[in-house]
Amino acid sequence: MKSRLAYLLPVLIFVGLLGFFFKGLFLDPKAIPSVLIDKPVPNIDLAALPGRGDTGLKTEHLKGQVSLVNIFGSWCVACVAEHPYLMKIKAEGVVPIMGIDWRDDPAAGMAWLQKHGDPYLRVGADPAPGHASVDFGVTGAPESFIVDKDGRIRYKHVGIIDDRVWKQTLLPIIKELQK
Amino acid sequence: MKRLILILAAIAVCAPALAVDPGEMLKDPALEARARDVGAELRCVVCQNQSIDDSDADLAKDLRQIVRERITAGDSNDQVKQYLVDRYGDYVLLRPPFNAKTLLLWLGPLGLAVAAFAVGLGYYRRQKRESLPPSPLSAQERQEVERLMKDRN
Repeated sequence: MKSRLAYLLPVLIFVGLLGFFFKGLFLDPKAIPSVLIDKPVPNIDLAALPGRGDTGLKTEHLKGQVSLVNIFGSWCVACVAEHPYLMKIKAEGVVPIMGIDWRDDPAAGMAWLQKHGDPYLRVGADPAPGHASVDFGVTGAPESFIVDKDGRIRYKHVGIIDDRVWKQTLLPIIKELQK
Repeated sequence: MKRLILILAAIAVCAPALAVDPGEMLKDPALEARARDVGAELRCVVCQNQSIDDSDADLAKDLRQIVRERITAGDSNDQVKQYLVDRYGDYVLLRPPFNAKTLLLWLGPLGLAVAAFAVGLGYYRRQKRESLPPSPLSAQERQEVERLMKDRN
């Protein structure tokens, strides 16, 4: 009995490894878990885009209500694809969207919004080297954060917000936090 | 021969390819050297297997600039690294830190080697024991054998 177990052991180890490798096949190596979840939003004080009519984006604007903070840039190709969906979220009026115009010329960011539509309640300019965006741990655009009423980061989404991401992931979290 | 020396000299003069461009460098060579040391240990979070010093990604360039700002502001090398770890996690370090989460990563190979050695040693000892000649019979065993043999006859 004992020796049969000894022969079985390598097979069991092999099957175990196989399990790990199989799981590894479906992991996203680009997905970097954020260390900022449940932490307060960083201290930011960003200037407004020229001619947009708000006063920019500060930490205090991210308190008192649940908000969606979206990192974008006029240079960002994926942001163009995401944009119509942000317009739709704005039209539904579920949650205010705050924009951070990342490593961009503020005038170019403004022109981009005039061309494609402006889904944001407030927008802050964060030109290179993008201190505020680095404080948010941003790795690319677009990237979005759900911030709760107390100004804590509760969720980070890397990449485009589309119908599936919005309905399955973001909206339920926002609804829960708004209670 | 002269040509060979020239070629070797040319190779020796070639600096390693870095993404850092002269415009980014700090005026103070000591601070710039520290910025290089720190930059070589930080992962470019976009390209993942390059350091920010090796990467041409825009974010790597921004991080190089931020590293230089912090060094100029008087941060130690460890403080600069901690600044980025606070934002991007341990992941941003190319050399993983030694802590409870990475214990297996650091000690796993050593543990496996020790285990393999122990198994090998056990096997060797067993082989040696089995190859010894059987010990001689005791007086009582010999009597028993003689009694059995007698019964057969």
